[in-house]
Amino acid sequence: MGMGNGRRVAIVAGCRTPFAKAGTDFGEVGAIDLAKAAVLELLHRTEVDPALVEQVVFGQVIQSVLAPNIAREVSLLPQFPRTVAAHTVNRACSSSCQAVAEAHDQIALGLADVVIAGGAESLSDVPVLHSRRLSALLVEAARAKSLHARLGTLARARPRDLVPVTPAIAEPSTGMTMGESAEKMAKENAITRDAQDRLALRSHKLAAQGAADGRLAAEIAPVFVAPRFEPVTSDNGIRADADLGQMAKLRPAFDRRHGTVTAGNSSPLTDGAAAVLLMSDTAARACGSAPLAYVRSYAVAAVDPAGQLLMGPAYAVPKALDRAGIAWRDLGVVEMHEAFAAQVLSNVQALESRAWAAEHLGRGEPVGEVDWDVVNVMGGSIAIGHPFGATGARLTTTAVNEMRRRGAEFGLVSVCAQGGMGFAMVLEAAR
Amino acid sequence: MSAPAFRREAEGGVAVVTLDLPGEPLNKFTRAVRDEFAALVRELEGEDAVEAVVLVSGKQDSFVAGADIEEFVALRTADEATRLSRQGQTLLDRVAAFPKPFIVAIHGACMGGGLELALACHYRIASDHPKTQLALPEVRLGLIPGAGGCNRLPRVVGLRAALGMILSGNHVGASKALSMGLVDELVPPPILREAAVRAARGLAAGEVGRRTSRRSLSSLVLDGTAPGRALVLWRARAAAVKQTGGHYPAPLAALDAVRCGLAHGLGRGHAREAELFGNLAVTDVSRRLVEIFFASAALKKDPGVAAPVPEPIAVKRLGVLGSGFMGSGIAATAAIKAGVPVRMRDTDLSRVGKGLRAVADIVGEGVRRRSLSPLDAARCQALVSGCADYSGFRTADMVIEAVFEDLGLKQAVLRELEAVAKPECVFASNTSTISVGRIAEASRRPEAVLGMHFFSPVRRMPLLEVVASDRTAPRAIVTAVEFGRRLGKTVVVVRDRPGFFVNRLLVPYLNEAGRLLTEGVPVEAIDGAMTDWGFPVGPITLLDEIGLDVAAGASAVMSEAYGARMAPAADIAALVAGGRLGRKSGRGFLRYRRGRKAGVDQTAYRALGVTPRSAPPAATLAERMAFALLNEAARALEEGVVRSPRDGDIAAVFGIGFPPFRGGPFRAIDAAGPGRVAAILDKLTRNYGDRFAPAGIIAGLARRGGRFHPTV
Repeated sequence: MGMGNGRRVAIVAGCRTPFAKAGTDFGEVGAIDLAKAAVLELLHRTEVDPALVEQVVFGQVIQSVLAPNIAREVSLLPQFPRTVAAHTVNRACSSSCQAVAEAHDQIALGLADVVIAGGAESLSDVPVLHSRRLSALLVEAARAKSLHARLGTLARARPRDLVPVTPAIAEPSTGMTMGESAEKMAKENAITRDAQDRLALRSHKLAAQGAADGRLAAEIAPVFVAPRFEPVTSDNGIRADADLGQMAKLRPAFDRRHGTVTAGNSSPLTDGAAAVLLMSDTAARACGSAPLAYVRSYAVAAVDPAGQLLMGPAYAVPKALDRAGIAWRDLGVVEMHEAFAAQVLSNVQALESRAWAAEHLGRGEPVGEVDWDVVNVMGGSIAIGHPFGATGARLTTTAVNEMRRRGAEFGLVSVCAQGGMGFAMVLEAAR
Repeated sequence: MSAPAFRREAEGGVAVVTLDLPGEPLNKFTRAVRDEFAALVRELEGEDAVEAVVLVSGKQDSFVAGADIEEFVALRTADEATRLSRQGQTLLDRVAAFPKPFIVAIHGACMGGGLELALACHYRIASDHPKTQLALPEVRLGLIPGAGGCNRLPRVVGLRAALGMILSGNHVGASKALSMGLVDELVPPPILREAAVRAARGLAAGEVGRRTSRRSLSSLVLDGTAPGRALVLWRARAAAVKQTGGHYPAPLAALDAVRCGLAHGLGRGHAREAELFGNLAVTDVSRRLVEIFFASAALKKDPGVAAPVPEPIAVKRLGVLGSGFMGSGIAATAAIKAGVPVRMRDTDLSRVGKGLRAVADIVGEGVRRRSLSPLDAARCQALVSGCADYSGFRTADMVIEAVFEDLGLKQAVLRELEAVAKPECVFASNTSTISVGRIAEASRRPEAVLGMHFFSPVRRMPLLEVVASDRTAPRAIVTAVEFGRRLGKTVVVVRDRPGFFVNRLLVPYLNEAGRLLTEGVPVEAIDGAMTDWGFPVGPITLLDEIGLDVAAGASAVMSEAYGARMAPAADIAALVAGGRLGRKSGRGFLRYRRGRKAGVDQTAYRALGVTPRSAPPAATLAERMAFALLNEAARALEEGVVRSPRDGDIAAVFGIGFPPFRGGPFRAIDAAGPGRVAAILDKLTRNYGDRFAPAGIIAGLARRGGRFHPTV
């Protein structure tokens, strides 16, 4: 079925860097180098001729002031010809899903045949800003005609102007942080602390299993960190030894007295990058790259940030399923971004609820019954980590690989994003 | 009469003169060009309408490559050479004294006579392009600048900077040229001519003055005062004496010419320069250096196989197996010099990481030496990636193996590679002792297997031996030769005989040094004898550098192949057994403290069971070691290991530091006369044993009165 003009868009391969908690293994690396490492390894693993790649689309949420178009930095890797056009997208935490979607569109519309989509984030390397007033003074001083005037202008700066401003993970429209929003959802949807902790535990256990049996490891490109170039080969947030008792002891992070959202049942601040190679079906066959899956459909949705901020997926998923012409029960693999356990459980609750479907979607039936045996089968963002820009490409890679292993016909990727947005993509196995 | 090399155009009152030597890729100052230029200058002098002259090159990315060296070769006497120098000086004096502004616009290489011409001009404007390089390379040919360069350069850039250029022959790039005052202005290449014409008009109208460079205090004292200059010259002379070891007269002559010009003025300076140039031009040293220059230029054009020459495979992606010292050196050199993506494999990722770190060190060294900008360095580093599997090897056009020196291992990686590589991929083994033919026995495509024997450290050593087995296809050979050149190497194609060529010479030479040692000759005497003979380091120091274990291993392989004459001095093996491995273990024949040489290790004598005694004369020692080498070179040529005496000479000079002023082993035998060499070998045979028995080819030449190289 699909979308577009009938050209099928194949996902040929994906790979990613290890995901490392901010300030640890990749503390000195930076998003651009992580992105390059993921793409370089993708090129080598697929042995695709870099000269065939026509575009690079990358997602990054907190973009560098010095190199705002990270995709172009990636496409200037010396392995590529200089002529690979590139752009960077930002749809918050679903940015690399958006990158995959745009690659899909370019190919489906016949505007390209081979595109690399991906995303990267370094939360170790966020831009730190000046106060508005200091910026204004600096601009004014730069325009001053004489040294005297310049010094006079700068002398007007006050100590409080020099306090640096770091970007907050808060909604500009509501002033609420992500965590506070998750906390609000937990309360409004009656998601218990225990349910959240159990989901987090499951995430760690399954991720540890996937890392141990090689399924997860196979998706990871080693990163050699300068100046010592020691290889980093695995995610460092996964706790094989996590247990409920320990998790229960953690203090709530956003509402000290009545809260249930803790550092243990939330995704950590993470550095990492991921990339996916997409091709038109004909191009994939022409260069001997067997497709793993096709993009069948995708959809985005947005809700009022002042309501339940992270409910986007519950709206995007039924839209994407409708566009794909399939039902929830047809899905053999579901990769759902775990920003917070409370957010995952709230969305699942909505998807399974007849009342919610009636009230919010105007449907008589719930979207579907969630079969946990097919959801996040190698763990999720709570354990693996969540480099904002990279998560969507990670989920896509894992979904298509797992679909192949399980022989699943359809797979789903869903991501909630800042601003009340949700993204969902339906994948179809290549036969 | 050939087509003219100069053409004139008028840009208003400015005469723009373009030098474009017909039928040549580069401009050279041949006799004909000089004559034509002299006539042109006379013509311009007489034209009142000409307000100023601009001289430019009509060649792409090249100004003037220098004098015509062929002319030097033809010089028979010192007087003839002095006259040649005089003519050049007179011509350039005329340019310097030209009544109107004479401007030169430089883009591309500006070498030797080209730079001397530029120095005579009134204003030098250059392009800010990387190809713009200025140098006075004459000392590298055993000569000095002979057209006024020794006198003009110090007047333009100051004494110290001038000596830096003249004594080293090093190139100076555009921005350095501007900062040292060698050129007056830099502009982007597209507007060079236009800017030169504008400068010419400005100078003619008196609106543009020459840029006066601000000099530092040290410059005012050392370059600007007579005692300061005397001190600089004295120190430079001491350094040159030490560096040349008395074998190369040119740097001292250059100092003499510079000193004379500064002390007594341009006139006497020119006279002294011309006289010294004349003397040098007919020295054996200069002849040998010029021969090496021509031989290596000819070698650069040699495809490495006899006609018909197949088209080489374009190496767009390189694989390297083994990320150790050699593997990472090859990877870094390929990224830096050839700009190709390199995939480096080793057995585990932490070894790969060490290899990538070694690449970073080599690239970082380039940044420190300013041969790479930080952006170049980032690009080079990004070209090299690593893995512990064979991912990325399917697209490689060539794979160079640099794993441990073990036949089974080399065959195993060859088999593994062939399972993934594309059919036309060339497999090159960086073997130093193992036969390429033996390695290729494991191959399904032995025609694509050859050796690329790099020397350590890869980035710095100029020579590459491409080793062809009997089954290697010509296409693989030309591919390796071509890629070796892209790596900046001087490439010789050698036959697959044990030791190839370079180690074949080195082993008997080092063995002989080892024998002297076990005879009780002190280390200093052995090394001193050979540095006096002209080697950059003595053989014992070299043994320490190579590693005693590596050397012992190599001579074991060699004596197995060639018998008793390659047998090592037995006692060295005992040192290896005792953990004395040379520099890398901090202890060999010398001691090392914090990586630096700290004198002869006296305990090494005890370990060898000898007591050092007073040494025989250096000449006696040098004769034994040098003739062991010369004789083996001849044997190797006889067996077709090198294709010609030319290749052998170049390989010895670039591969083991054979004294360049001796021109290489075959030039050295020719110079002494094969008859005399045979007689000395006979004498050595009587005194020291059959290993000195003259090679058949030497005995043959001695009988017939022939030479390796036809006389020029």
